Amino acid sequence: MIKKTMVVSMGMALLLFPLSELTYVKPVQGFSNQVIQQGATGDDVIELQSRLQYLGFYNGKIDGVFGWGTYWAVRNFQYEFGLEIDGLVGDEVKNKLNKASNYDEGYVKEQIKKGNEFTHYGGTPKSQQTKPGKQQKQQPKSNQNEQANQQQKQEPTAVNVPSGYSQNDIQLMANAVYGEARGEPYVGQVAVAAVILNRVKSASFPNSASGVIFEPRAFTAVADGQIWLEPNDQAKEAVMDAINGWDPSGQALYYFNPETATSDWIWSRPQIKQIGKHIFCK
Amino acid sequence: MGRWIAIIVLSVATIGAGVWGYKENQDKNAVLIQAENSYQRAFHDLTYNIDLLHDKIGSSLAMNSRKSLSPQLAEIWKISSEASTDVGQLPLTLLPFNKTEEFLYDIGEFAYRTAVRDLEKKPLSSDEVKLLEELHKKSGEIESELRKVQNVVLKDNLRWMDVELALATNDEVGDNTIVNGFKTVEKSMEGYEESVTQTGLDSSGPEKSYQQLQGKKINESQAKKAASQWLEKVSTDKLTVTKSGKGADVPTYTASFQDDGKNGYIDLTEKGGHPLTIMISREVGEPKISLHEASEKAKEYVKGLEISNLELVESNQYDKMGVFRFLYTKNDVRFFTDSIVVKVALDNGEVLGMSSRDYYDHHSDMELNDPEISLEEARDKVNPNVDIQENHLSVIENDVNEQVLCYEFLATMENTTYRIFINASNGQEEKVETLKKAEMKFNQEI
Repeated sequence: MIKKTMVVSMGMALLLFPLSELTYVKPVQGFSNQVIQQGATGDDVIELQSRLQYLGFYNGKIDGVFGWGTYWAVRNFQYEFGLEIDGLVGDEVKNKLNKASNYDEGYVKEQIKKGNEFTHYGGTPKSQQTKPGKQQKQQPKSNQNEQANQQQKQEPTAVNVPSGYSQNDIQLMANAVYGEARGEPYVGQVAVAAVILNRVKSASFPNSASGVIFEPRAFTAVADGQIWLEPNDQAKEAVMDAINGWDPSGQALYYFNPETATSDWIWSRPQIKQIGKHIFCK
Repeated sequence: MGRWIAIIVLSVATIGAGVWGYKENQDKNAVLIQAENSYQRAFHDLTYNIDLLHDKIGSSLAMNSRKSLSPQLAEIWKISSEASTDVGQLPLTLLPFNKTEEFLYDIGEFAYRTAVRDLEKKPLSSDEVKLLEELHKKSGEIESELRKVQNVVLKDNLRWMDVELALATNDEVGDNTIVNGFKTVEKSMEGYEESVTQTGLDSSGPEKSYQQLQGKKINESQAKKAASQWLEKVSTDKLTVTKSGKGADVPTYTASFQDDGKNGYIDLTEKGGHPLTIMISREVGEPKISLHEASEKAKEYVKGLEISNLELVESNQYDKMGVFRFLYTKNDVRFFTDSIVVKVALDNGEVLGMSSRDYYDHHSDMELNDPEISLEEARDKVNPNVDIQENHLSVIENDVNEQVLCYEFLATMENTTYRIFINASNGQEEKVETLKKAEMKFNQEI
């Protein structure tokens, strides 16, 4: 109900001040010709969210990530405009959006660049819809290079993360994987990340990634400080793969390097397979 | 004159070096003491908690009123979790101590399940009381062993740093009193597992996995052929194939190849030659195709599995990759346990990986009962403050690891989306998940 009334009032507002709005808007081509679907990130999603917000369908943050909030907004839009309700943004939806809304690209991108908290509702003066973000207040930075990359595509201000994990958790795991297996093939790195996750799930290990990683004597890279080396992108990708469900280790709980392993006990574990230099076992 | 200067300079240098060395040594000792203290704290906490656990289980056995039993079980659950945390902070990873850790987990699991149950309606069964008695007995044994070790530690001023040293060098591990003590604890757990399996409390159930794998056993050359099919038709000469060892849950063949700039890897089950894990790694360029286009590629790819119905339920763009999750569906019922994940490179739409381990692990052709309550009845069970947007029938695994048929509702409240599962036979709210929102970039340049 609230959404409906909002749409109606937005529409009224549009009728009343269409000209004043149009004056700041520089002509835009609009979306690229891809079909945008849930999970996508990037420039098109920023435009989609801005346009949906202009019409009052979308009340979340304009962050360039097509999440659930955007998904329901698209579906409500499709419902209101009598389109097929599938949550996909194809040509038809884009055309309707282009006709019904204005997208002030310059304004939106400037706000994102400055890190402001802002909205993009139609019918409300832009100056009332923006205020400096918290970060910006604390540490104002020079905006010298801003002019230079004005023409570049705007990066989203948020990222997709697998459910239950933060970028920081992923970073920590990537540190551990890089410290433990940086000389290993990619599959071996995914397998090491998978072992960490298998341990989190297992009854006989701590219940969090950090608990598993920092368990005394669990990983040599933690004991000798190699975990604090800067991980590369490959290690991060390996962790993402493991979190998303890849487990080349075969649900292993332990692994060891046969050349350096000192414990007899580890040799007594039932082995699953060898990847690179590591033997993975239960 | 020069000699005097030399003497002064030298003596200043010597004294300086001495002072510096002394300070370094003190710093080192301070760090060592701190490490030692944190081990000591974890160890004494552990013995205390096990003691407490033993007492509490004992008094729960003596309790008669259900009103006091539930809080008591919740208390046991909390203490067992604290004890597990203590174990996780001790350098025991390379010691065989996992049976004891599983024991602690089992106590927690049992206490949780019974604490959240309505004991008025469904009181403890005789089997459960028997299990509780067994847990009481075993925790008593652990307690007395740990108290003995603790006594020696206190009397002889034993240090955990020595345990660490002993484990690191691995010689004369047998001579370390603490290590011996923990080995005795672990030994006392023998015989516990059989009594647990009898009462149906299972912390791990690998026996149930991969039951429904179809097909005949394949040999190595067949595995090579199948692997080449999945790995972009790479020539079989380039593939190295190995067979899994005896620790594997399901026997597999692993095939891998290395080409310039490209590595491929695949796990195939020995029975039926089904792919469990496929990975291709290479440099991936800037994204050129849309997530939607990539999802079409993924849909095309999973057809190769010859599984009758797969539905795309989740898609996510992670930087240069699109990751797509499919669920097995049967008569429009979605099986959340039977999932398959596909990764597509967004530079050219090439499929770079698939993981179908979950699907083959859980999939079974069990017959589904029809829902006993109607959609409307289920809808009434949902919190009235949320707006229901979508509904499905789904099978999920609930928190006691049973597969249950549920009505699945996607609902929103404020700006958050929730997935709510209502049991389709008894109307119980089985699970409510908050669906993750995108996370802001913390390192955003302003």
